[in-house]
Amino acid sequence: MKKKTLVNVETKLFTFAEPPNELLFESGQKLGPITLAYETYGDLNQDASNAILVLHAFSGDAHAAGYYKGDKKPGWWDDMIGPGKALDTDKYFVISSNIIGGCKGSTGPSSKNPKTGKPYALDFPVVTIADMVNAQRRLIDHLGIHKLLSVIGGSMGGMQALQWVAAYPERIRSAIPIATALKHSPQQIAFNEVGRQAVMADVEWNHGNYYGKSRPERGLAVARMVGHITYMSDKSMEEKFSRKLKEKDSNYKFDADFEVEGYLRYQGDSFVRRFDANSYLYITKAIDYFDLSGAKLIPTGKSLDVAFLVIAFKSDWLYPPYQSQEIVRQLKMRHMDATYMEIRSTYGHDAFLLEVEEETMLIRHFLGRIFAERGRNAK
Amino acid sequence: MLNDEVRLDHRIICDVVAPNSRVLDLGCGDGSLMLLLATHNNARVQGIEVSDDKIYECVEKGASVFHGDLDIGLSEYPDKSFDYIILNQSLQEVIKAEYVLNEALRVGQKVIIGFSNFAYYKARLDVFFGGKVPVTESLPNQWYQTPNLHFLSIRDFEDYCSHKKLKVLNRYYLGEDKLVHFMPNLFALNAIFVISK
Repeated sequence: MKKKTLVNVETKLFTFAEPPNELLFESGQKLGPITLAYETYGDLNQDASNAILVLHAFSGDAHAAGYYKGDKKPGWWDDMIGPGKALDTDKYFVISSNIIGGCKGSTGPSSKNPKTGKPYALDFPVVTIADMVNAQRRLIDHLGIHKLLSVIGGSMGGMQALQWVAAYPERIRSAIPIATALKHSPQQIAFNEVGRQAVMADVEWNHGNYYGKSRPERGLAVARMVGHITYMSDKSMEEKFSRKLKEKDSNYKFDADFEVEGYLRYQGDSFVRRFDANSYLYITKAIDYFDLSGAKLIPTGKSLDVAFLVIAFKSDWLYPPYQSQEIVRQLKMRHMDATYMEIRSTYGHDAFLLEVEEETMLIRHFLGRIFAERGRNAK
Repeated sequence: MLNDEVRLDHRIICDVVAPNSRVLDLGCGDGSLMLLLATHNNARVQGIEVSDDKIYECVEKGASVFHGDLDIGLSEYPDKSFDYIILNQSLQEVIKAEYVLNEALRVGQKVIIGFSNFAYYKARLDVFFGGKVPVTESLPNQWYQTPNLHFLSIRDFEDYCSHKKLKVLNRYYLGEDKLVHFMPNLFALNAIFVISK
């Protein structure tokens, strides 16, 4: 099949929860109005049975595929979404949704609080993955879709997919959680906490009140550097950088001598230009609070008519395969329709963005089957 | 019975499995038996397979499969939660054969086991006259390449079942393209047993 690329893609905004009908957060706080940024690719079919919801990872956004007008860089999962690709937009209507609490067009701590006319900063309610998914459900309602063919995402996107299963099982036919977990381990929480501490230790952070002033860029950059280490593997770092130096000789100063140092500095510096420090705190906390372990995904003794494709990567030490196997164990206990694959990869956690060929083979056939069977349990 | 184009062992297994059963295929390979059971027997079938490449083939066929090792057991499955557990040409390849077999007997009402007969007459000739580890149609690999970790004959398995007081519900002895009835431990290449606790 010939693969093409989507052009002139646009991000759309959906605003809802206008007062007095604010969205109730898991914490008990209310917020409204709320805007959610999203993109769509392909066309919804007549009976609205071909819609797939794509959920992004921690620092992602709604721009998953195609090119904005005049832009040189495509969306973050363009390898997977488009005509003839795994999420074939000739066949499926693909929706990519942003999250609340972020800083990519949806309402978050950097958004203006209509009551004060200033950014919410830390007045923004604590957000959970469940809150993000509740907002997405409103978007799906708005788009006129009763039942999604699939929800798919990697890392935090996988958590959102699992939350869809737990909260709205009757609204989905299948779920594809990739390189994710039912809950964060203490090790994962610890890495996030180091990132948060780096942000909060920056004097510019100023308890979150830095908008319109100098921003906590150093802290956020360090946080991102730690993140990037956890996304790679020992082997992928060896392959990418080895001990190569940026210049011919060491300069015996604390400059970035090694290529890996230069890479991390670059990643940190470019991240602060596109990400809000308070969103960093809110979203990492949401990930840490997430816990659908045990019977919280599916109640004990219950089985769901939701098919699963669970994918993990052998070298992913941030979300190790045993965490995906935990998901699979819950499904096996209930005899649910599920497939589990541990893809051989050296890329570490980043693999979910890079192992396109393997993921395509699995996802295309899985979605094809779910789409073909969609009429079977329609009643 | 299915037509001759289908492998003899697959034909027999499809014959054994009652329609609409719940089946778990341990070491399901490329998923061809699962596909057959799903289409021919309307079975609800899942597989477990250790090889990466085979998983892709299973998914391509539309089968549900778990990537994993049989040696870690089936602990997440409740007792007797499948009508049939299939171990076709896979028990020889696991490390803890008895443990896997016990797990299969715990989780399944019935267990269908297919294995190569090490006491096939050509194998005996290889050992006795050739002084060599046998290479036959059903044991095609040299000692340094075989995936088999355990070698057994039909009699070995009969003895095992009677020693462990397992019920043998059915026995099938397979030649190259048809069933063998005469002195199976000598003339059968493969055997399929249906057993239960």
